[in-house]
Amino acid sequence: MVSTRTLEHSLDTNRKRTSDLRTALLFIAPAAIGFVVFYLVPAVRGVYFSFTRYNILGTPTWIGTENFEKIAVDPLFWNAMWVTVGYVLLNIGFQTVIAIVLAVMMQRLTKSIALRGALLLPWLISNVIAAMLWFWLLDYQIGLFNQVIEWMGASKIAFFADETWAIPTIAFVNVWRHMGYTALLVFAGLQTIPKYIYEAASIDGASEWTSFWKMTLPLLRPVLAMILVITVTGSFQVFDTVAVTTRGGPVNVTRVMQYYIYQKAFGEGQFGYGSALAVILFIILAVLAAIQLRMLRAGESDLA
Amino acid sequence: MANHADTSTDAPVRKRKKMSAGRILAWAVMIAFLILSLFPFYWMLRTALSTSRSLSSDPSSLLPVDFTFGAFERVLGLATQEEAIAEGGSGASVNFWLYLRNSVIYAGAVTLGQVFFSAMAAYAFARLRWPGRNLVFGIFLGALLVPPIFTSLPNFLLIKNLGLLNTFPGMILPTFLMTPFAIFFLRQFFLGINREIEESASLDGAGPWRTFFRIILPMSTAPITTLGILTFITTWNDYFWPLLVGNSEGTKVLTVALGVFRSQTPAGSPDWAGLMAATLVAAVPVLILFFMFARKIIDSIGYSGSK
Repeated sequence: MVSTRTLEHSLDTNRKRTSDLRTALLFIAPAAIGFVVFYLVPAVRGVYFSFTRYNILGTPTWIGTENFEKIAVDPLFWNAMWVTVGYVLLNIGFQTVIAIVLAVMMQRLTKSIALRGALLLPWLISNVIAAMLWFWLLDYQIGLFNQVIEWMGASKIAFFADETWAIPTIAFVNVWRHMGYTALLVFAGLQTIPKYIYEAASIDGASEWTSFWKMTLPLLRPVLAMILVITVTGSFQVFDTVAVTTRGGPVNVTRVMQYYIYQKAFGEGQFGYGSALAVILFIILAVLAAIQLRMLRAGESDLA
Repeated sequence: MANHADTSTDAPVRKRKKMSAGRILAWAVMIAFLILSLFPFYWMLRTALSTSRSLSSDPSSLLPVDFTFGAFERVLGLATQEEAIAEGGSGASVNFWLYLRNSVIYAGAVTLGQVFFSAMAAYAFARLRWPGRNLVFGIFLGALLVPPIFTSLPNFLLIKNLGLLNTFPGMILPTFLMTPFAIFFLRQFFLGINREIEESASLDGAGPWRTFFRIILPMSTAPITTLGILTFITTWNDYFWPLLVGNSEGTKVLTVALGVFRSQTPAGSPDWAGLMAATLVAAVPVLILFFMFARKIIDSIGYSGSK
């Protein structure tokens, strides 16, 4: 990024300085309107609504921090929070490890595009379809998985209806949908590690295993940091799978944050409260992104 | 990115690697994940080709149970109500073709608008010289950090107040003019286009409009197609926003309709064959796009992640 910008700059100064301001304004006008109307103003309005009591049929009334004070003692909020955190940990944990394993194997075993395409296939279908497909595969009565479980002599599991299994099951469905996609992101990161590093390592007699832990993983760190920011942000906003399968149940165990916001704002018409919840989610995501980027020192490579 | 080009050329000189125990194990793991990825799709097809009523008699058969195209006929509205009920369907009419049309309009319009207007903006950010360019670009990029849920509540109100609820303009508008990602993606490509081509065009008296339409756009068909495909797939799979603003029959897209379809099936004996046929048909357009442009899509994912 930085290097292209400075290059651009030096190219610019070498030429006759004519400003294309009027043309540029015309070219960015549609996008600028889209940005202001559907991103900037809504973001500001969203913050404003969070300080109001706003029933969907009425008008917003300023109530200061009342929504936030209520949220602080709202057991359903804290429930949604912990449910979401649990989901994110399971989802991101498995997804990241699987993606790294798949990416390394994609690089070491084969360059086949068909193989990469096959692993990407689940990502192409919508969350709704993936959710319905797994709802069927994991059905208690005649779903294939429970048939296999029974055949192995164990007792059936009500994957989506059991309080212990519901969140791990939803996490699994989304790991299934995203593992190939995330693996391709990691794979792209692997391509940035120069070949001579592996060659040097193998000349020094390092095994594939050692060179993975000692070379690949540390060098992949900046890319992994970026990927984690993207995947964690997405994971915190899980909604579709829950909306199609469990709708928050059984007994709130899958009422994730975004589903709770949706219910408050659109189910109960409490836009002020819903907006306050959305503000909190936004702050959490921003803080997490900052922490992740700092801890993993993204942008700084160990490759001096 | 750079490596994609040479992967095809180094195949013949690749030295044969010996099959160590580690490699065999790695292949085994890889094949296990391939099966995990692909098998559910087969199961979808196998179920869709079964008769719903018979599914429970042989739930683990690898082949369709009581083979029939009935489920597809039901979904596509080709079966009569009696036939549907006889095979275990609900008998309720599913306006599949209408939802398909709605999805095509929604995803198609968003893709066309977003790619075109984002290309214009990306050109201004990559190629034109004007004060504040990088600052404005930075602000646009900042929108990437805002989670969609945060803006969708106020956007819903805006669409509602404009009287655009349950209309295509209401569904399409928020992503019709730009997304930060689209601008970012195209700007990167435009930056790489040789300036001299543009300069010779401007010496020939071509203004920025002509340059944009006659030179930049034709030279960027590859990245523009890639972005178009990615945008189409993302929009096609969209659920949350269409659920909020497009809930009437005339605007309901496939994802929203499938969600309803699923919640309306009787809890005791769902029409699994019908459900799987519906999901399969809903996924087909995207799968066709993928088979046509697999390499482009796969490479672009590497690209968007590595930048």
